[in-house]
Amino acid sequence: MTIVPLSYWDLLLAATLLFANAAISWRFRLGLERSIAISASRMVVQLALIGVVLKFIFAQSSPFWTLTFALMMVVAAATEVVARLHARIAAWPLMGLSSSTLLFVGTFVTVFGVGFVITPEPWYAPRYILPILGMVLGNTMTAVALVLETLSENANRERNAIEGRLALGAPRFEALSGPLRSALRTGLMPMLNSMATTGIVALPGMMTGQIIAGADPVGAAMYQVVIMFLIAGATALGSLIAAAGGVMLVTDDRHRLRASPSASHRKSV
Amino acid sequence: MLRVERLQVGHLKPLSFELSDGECLAVEGPSGAGKTLLLRALADLDPAAGRVVVDGQERNELPAHEWRRRVRYCSPEPAWWSDTPRGSFPVNAPTAKLERLLQSLDLDPRLLDRPIAVLSTGERQRLAFVRALLDEPPVILLDEPTGALDPQSKALVEELIRFQLLSGHCVVLVSHDEAQIGRLADARLVLSKEKPTPGAGAVSAP
Repeated sequence: MTIVPLSYWDLLLAATLLFANAAISWRFRLGLERSIAISASRMVVQLALIGVVLKFIFAQSSPFWTLTFALMMVVAAATEVVARLHARIAAWPLMGLSSSTLLFVGTFVTVFGVGFVITPEPWYAPRYILPILGMVLGNTMTAVALVLETLSENANRERNAIEGRLALGAPRFEALSGPLRSALRTGLMPMLNSMATTGIVALPGMMTGQIIAGADPVGAAMYQVVIMFLIAGATALGSLIAAAGGVMLVTDDRHRLRASPSASHRKSV
Repeated sequence: MLRVERLQVGHLKPLSFELSDGECLAVEGPSGAGKTLLLRALADLDPAAGRVVVDGQERNELPAHEWRRRVRYCSPEPAWWSDTPRGSFPVNAPTAKLERLLQSLDLDPRLLDRPIAVLSTGERQRLAFVRALLDEPPVILLDEPTGALDPQSKALVEELIRFQLLSGHCVVLVSHDEAQIGRLADARLVLSKEKPTPGAGAVSAP
């Protein structure tokens, strides 16, 4: 069984559905026409580019190109974390924390998943490493952003209580235990929710892809289970590192709550 | 003993003073003069250049949390991080001492398990004072400790402060109450809002 190839005409046909978006924007004067055009064009160009780039990398099948591309994915994900945050944390330390968290978690979980669970031949087969790293990074990125946002937000709101605990002689992790707990809970929640509902409402993208490509649905489901466990591990590990690092970033070496740089004045990376 | 050498607080001129055990220094000045900032700097809750020495140990020689167990800042707006006061008290608080302190401020021990929301401002302030004294910090920094209190409670708090002084604790007291300062303080430090003038920031006997 082979996949039905798509022609450029098929793409154009699907694109007509975008007119629904444009019509709504026009009818209700939302002023979103420009955004719709830009977002849709970005999506097409980015996906076309990534298709070409992946084709090149798959053809090389060399550890160097695989790792280079993997590193670029990590940097892109870290940049996205910083862009998403309204966090009251200075931009460069934030970039450092999110990129090192994503690099460590991405490496650890992907090596575990590809090297020990799936074990393709050769081990650096980009066809396995890059999509799995992508799924791991995508979910960890969301978790890290949620953790840091919740932590800095709550630390700022509960400043009085935190300083009260510090004044009574609590070290920073004890004084910040409230925000730390809510940050971890917020970071872990999306993954727990998606594990509970996956397969009922929506089929996960990777499983859908495998099924359309002609794979056995049971085999595809097994793959998906492995991926979900990898993602669960990655988000837990990522949340933990981000939360611990976040506590260090909102305090200083004398366990003082830092004065927060206001969100609007934060320099962008 | 508390010794402060050229402590740089906000835009104030560097401050130096010394308190022996059992002495009380009153800090006076209009709102915005930096009284709270001074207390926070002493407790190392804000960064400040200069030396602060308690019983021979400088601020930076001790881990921050150890320092704040010796130099205790009591905020005028006490902080709570639980539904009842008990949750915001140290878990291993010695019961006998806790009850004695509560009693000395005319506080019913059952208040510890009431929701914080139903406690009066004065009850909260007195409870926070009890909490700050439980582990006997050698230096106590009081930021308007009787601001929210009726005359009777105020007298009890002053009595407890006097007892702390008698048992050898150093107290730095921020207060707007001239009579209270007269009753408690051994020395005064006047902070002014204007540009520092010669003589300002000096400690004088009352």
